[in-house]
Amino acid sequence: MAKNIKYEKAAPTDRGKGAVKDIANESYLQTVFRRFRRHHLAMVSLIILAVLGGAALLAPVIAPYDPDEIIGTFSGAPCKEFLLGTDQIGRDVLSRLLYATRISLLVGIMATLISTVIGVVLGLVAGYFGGVADMAIMRFTDMVMSFPYILLVLVAAAVFKPGLWNIILILGFVDWPGIARLVRGNVLNLRETNFIKGNIVAGMPLRHILFSEILPNTVAPILVYGTSVLALSMLDEAALSFLGQGVQPPTASLGNMLNGAQSLTVLTKQPWLWLPPGLLIVLLVMSINFIGDALRDALDPNSRR
Amino acid sequence: MTKYIIKRILIAIPVLIGITIIDYAIMCMAGSPLEMLQGPRVSQAAVEAKAIALGLDKPFYVQYFVWLGQLFHGNMGYSIKSYQPVSEMISSHLGPTLLLMGVSLVVSLLMAIPAGIYSAIHQYEKGDYAVVTFSFLGSSIPGFFLSLLLIYIFTVKLGWLPSSGMTTLGTEGGFADVVKHMVMPVIVLATSMAGSNIRYIRSAVLEILQQDYLRTARAKGIGRFLVINKHALRNALVPIVTVIGMEIPVLFGGAVIIEQVFSWPGLGLMTMSAISSRDYPVIMGVCLLSAVVVLIANLVTDILYALVDPTIQLD
Repeated sequence: MAKNIKYEKAAPTDRGKGAVKDIANESYLQTVFRRFRRHHLAMVSLIILAVLGGAALLAPVIAPYDPDEIIGTFSGAPCKEFLLGTDQIGRDVLSRLLYATRISLLVGIMATLISTVIGVVLGLVAGYFGGVADMAIMRFTDMVMSFPYILLVLVAAAVFKPGLWNIILILGFVDWPGIARLVRGNVLNLRETNFIKGNIVAGMPLRHILFSEILPNTVAPILVYGTSVLALSMLDEAALSFLGQGVQPPTASLGNMLNGAQSLTVLTKQPWLWLPPGLLIVLLVMSINFIGDALRDALDPNSRR
Repeated sequence: MTKYIIKRILIAIPVLIGITIIDYAIMCMAGSPLEMLQGPRVSQAAVEAKAIALGLDKPFYVQYFVWLGQLFHGNMGYSIKSYQPVSEMISSHLGPTLLLMGVSLVVSLLMAIPAGIYSAIHQYEKGDYAVVTFSFLGSSIPGFFLSLLLIYIFTVKLGWLPSSGMTTLGTEGGFADVVKHMVMPVIVLATSMAGSNIRYIRSAVLEILQQDYLRTARAKGIGRFLVINKHALRNALVPIVTVIGMEIPVLFGGAVIIEQVFSWPGLGLMTMSAISSRDYPVIMGVCLLSAVVVLIANLVTDILYALVDPTIQLD
């Protein structure tokens, strides 16, 4: 019944700048986009992220030099030939920066995907089946959450030799408890709703109920949480690589490019070696956080705006 | 209430046991300690003798229980590097870390609570946007990068603050000296915590401001000051308790990196050097200790939460 109620078209008022849009008839995605657009910082962040992501994706095309090749003087200051200077062994910093962004985004996105899949599956099972499964999964979640996150990642990196794919797997396998808890909570609420009860009474197959009914209804919070996991895993990758336990040279990552700044000469005399990668991390992570915040607002079903 | 507390403690026990199992499993995955003892001059017979002496010839689960039994007696094993008992190493490094963590927690709350409340009261005003933007910056800037920036500004350019250690070498130290060394690490740790805390407290206060009892308070005409400070603030204490509980694991993790950058002689620095020299007994001791501390912190938070908020469901 509720769906059939026709909303009267809002009478044009002079409140809006342009023509008043027909809000009642817009689709869900349109609503989300309209709400998202109101967050100016998030829109700016989206553009920044698109530009940086595009540059990272096209690194092989637009990078002026090979990132691992020694082509200039040692620690050369920025000049016309090398826009951001050269590093301690004469590699072009700009080219390395482009490739590093690529690696850092790759680590962040892959780790987020892995942890999301693990978290969603465990959360669904715990929330829907309850009982022993719920008890066991939630206690396991508590255990993993009890270990300080960075410490666990550092120890894992020490046990399984650091490297690109190991870092992705480690971050992915450590990051899931938050998502599992979130999904479980949502499923617990959804299970009590009438449309799920209706499905159960109608004898729909379990697979259908879990993946076609429950999951789509928890996508929004997962998406929002996913952005914060993405931001966190990029920060963690940077921290690990900075400490020398993450992505290993010669592969450039934003974190290990900062590694050199632990030496006093680099820190004091060669700021072009450590400022750009650091600022780039801040810019990327902040953009992702702003987008996540706007998404949270835009996807909120209780929002009336 | 007592029933709830007992139940909560009973739930914590299997988690605690699980933590020791995970801890032990990681130690086993890291490889046998015999490999590290082994050298070119050590004969096979000597290694076997050592294995029997260490109890490594027994099955996995027996070893676990032996290890657990030792743990109950406060014996966490010996460092492979320095041959010191792990528990002794930890207790000697604990003080500086607790000092750093405690001060950072207090400073971050001193920043986050007023900022979060201000931001909620002035929602969608310029001040609110400024605070929220700052809080996003705080949680987006990697701690080590902020440390480098601070060292660059305050040590290299201005020469005001020392960049490493806890006291100036060769001096007695003293209170003022320690404070001087602490400024930068505390700023870094507090900033990263304040970032997320501000937003958490802001949204909690926003929620409280919409409650009926606040409307009543406002309607009584007792004035804005009393409404906020007497009615809203007291209820905002509940989320603040949660914030403190959430920060404990973050603090532990943050300390590892920050202590490394500032050479702060605490648990984090010890752990990093243990990690780079693969000194597993030490690493595991620290992991176990921190996991137990976090577990206890969560337990206390939950119980405090139940005590502070009378509406919470206790089943």
